Amino acid sequence: MRLMSYRNAINEALVQEMSRDNRVFVYGIDVADHKRIFNSTKGLVEKFGAQRCFSTPLSEDAMTGFGLGAAINGLRPVHVHMRVDFMLLAMNQIANMVSSYRYGSNGALTVPMVIRAVVGRGWGQAYQHSKTMHSCFAHIPGLKVLAPSTPRDAKGSLIAAIRDDDPVVVMEHRLLYDVEGDVPEKMDDFAIGKGRILKPGNDVTVIATSWMNVEAMKAAEVLQKKQDISVEVIDPVSLQPLDTDIICQSVKKTGRCIIADNDWAFCGYSAELAAIIAEQCHGSLKSPVRRIGFAFTPCPCTRPLEDCFYPKATDIIRTIERDLDLQAADLSGEEFYSYENKFKGPF
Amino acid sequence: MELYKKLYLIRKCEEFIIKNYNSDEMKTPMHMSMGGEAIAVGVCAALKPEDQVFGTYRSHGIFLAKTGDTDDFFAEMFGKASSTLKGKGGSMHLCAPETGFMGTSAIVGSAIPPAVGAAFAHVYSKSNKIAAVFFGDGAIDEGVFWESLNAACLMKLPVLFICEDNGFAVHSPASARHGYKSISAITRQFNCIVFEDSTTDVKKIYDLTSDAIIRMKNDNAPCFLHLNYYRYLEHVGVNEDFEAGYRPKKEFELWKKKDPVKMQRNKIMEAGINEQELAGLEKQIDAKIAASVDKAGRAPFPGRDVLFEEVVCKCD
Repeated sequence: MRLMSYRNAINEALVQEMSRDNRVFVYGIDVADHKRIFNSTKGLVEKFGAQRCFSTPLSEDAMTGFGLGAAINGLRPVHVHMRVDFMLLAMNQIANMVSSYRYGSNGALTVPMVIRAVVGRGWGQAYQHSKTMHSCFAHIPGLKVLAPSTPRDAKGSLIAAIRDDDPVVVMEHRLLYDVEGDVPEKMDDFAIGKGRILKPGNDVTVIATSWMNVEAMKAAEVLQKKQDISVEVIDPVSLQPLDTDIICQSVKKTGRCIIADNDWAFCGYSAELAAIIAEQCHGSLKSPVRRIGFAFTPCPCTRPLEDCFYPKATDIIRTIERDLDLQAADLSGEEFYSYENKFKGPF
Repeated sequence: MELYKKLYLIRKCEEFIIKNYNSDEMKTPMHMSMGGEAIAVGVCAALKPEDQVFGTYRSHGIFLAKTGDTDDFFAEMFGKASSTLKGKGGSMHLCAPETGFMGTSAIVGSAIPPAVGAAFAHVYSKSNKIAAVFFGDGAIDEGVFWESLNAACLMKLPVLFICEDNGFAVHSPASARHGYKSISAITRQFNCIVFEDSTTDVKKIYDLTSDAIIRMKNDNAPCFLHLNYYRYLEHVGVNEDFEAGYRPKKEFELWKKKDPVKMQRNKIMEAGINEQELAGLEKQIDAKIAASVDKAGRAPFPGRDVLFEEVVCKCD
């Protein structure tokens, strides 16, 4: 067991890849300032120099095209956005240029570029520091999208993304940065396009993305204890390409599926998953596929409203109980995730 | 002479397109370079073969100037499998990286930042290459132009920005788009070298660009080349559009008097080349174009399998 936080796992991936391959460089707004993207880029400029780790002007669109130009010339850029919301300023380069350059050159040019984007949440992030929108990126042919939810997969995702010859968006959830887990020093076994069974089970499948895996694991633990229900939790990790086999095998086994997506449900990634399950597991379903996502509002600032905005483990528990015609369990005394208990302001 | 051959090649390729566009076999929106050939040829001739070029949807001129290739050019116009791009791009997305022609974008201004990143890669890998990016004056309206110019100046990268200014963004004149007096005056505030000219003399543009490249090396700075020209044809399509009323034909006639192709032809005649010899060279170019068109015409269309090729790597 080599215990390490999600943030340090990201940092270790960067250090190892930059040491291994001098074509790798890391850049973006504030990557080299004293805060170092929540410390995920710490030590890079000192170890590898200012040409391989540098902060940029506040020009997300141009600096994305910049990465494209470097990548088609053989370098391996890692562009970092402190929030997905800021990355939207680069949508032209991402959707019109980066994603289609390989196709447009009929394979003569490849774009081995990584875009790291942090999903914000909590302590008043409000509606411009909290977006995920992974379905928008996964929607575009030519892009790969990863959303690791464990420290091990954070490291594996980033290493695989850097080594991949195509543009890869890696979505990191800010609340996961402090989560600790086992992270091997040498890690070559992560494969883009492979999902993970985070917890095996037989009664219900929960497919969760990003932070929602934390909520799903808690829900599974509580349901086992209170209702003797065995939940299988599946983290696709790789949102594009998607491991449909691991999902369909599980749903065919359990006959029930709850999708807990870290985003809005309408036209979101959960809609795609639900459609795939409907197409491929139709005869096996004992109840309709349920989707759990953000309230369909912009994300509010104040804590009481934010609590209503984000879905939680209790929402997963209640949904499963309803589907199985179970009486709602008494959840008093259960300890659920509380941002207040983890983080003291000011920001 | 070499400059003239390229001018003639571009002009004749586009004349073929004009003549045959109505047969509906080239199903791709044509944004013609006609009138701006001296910029394409003059700048590209001043570049080293390994230097890289990025362009826009109006890139017939720079593609032919940089690559000299008509086989791929026409195969792509006809959307045939014999093109290296296999019909995935068409007129607006020409790309031939093996010759340093790194691609074009049909979103105004979008190819500018990749040129900056390419220049960064050249510095990073200690190569002596520079990146040249062509764009129209409409691109100056886009934020990404200023973002890219700023980054290139800040990072002291060998980028040659070439603004091919025809006075219009589609049909809107500069006066309807600019809340300032002069593009060049503003770019001079940046840490870059700025040149401006309105010549149609290809040799002058060649010399100007050669000087600019030397200055870029000496000053360790990017360069903004602001070159005015006149777009002979409509924004998209192969016709004149003076009847639309947004620009007077008189203006065109003034520019036509100093047509870049004719001007260079006259110059080499004055320098003493035999008319017959020149006609012979022109014939060779005509034959090269005819052969490429013929090849493209006879080539098959790409099959269904091509659709799914090169979206992502086959590495897994």
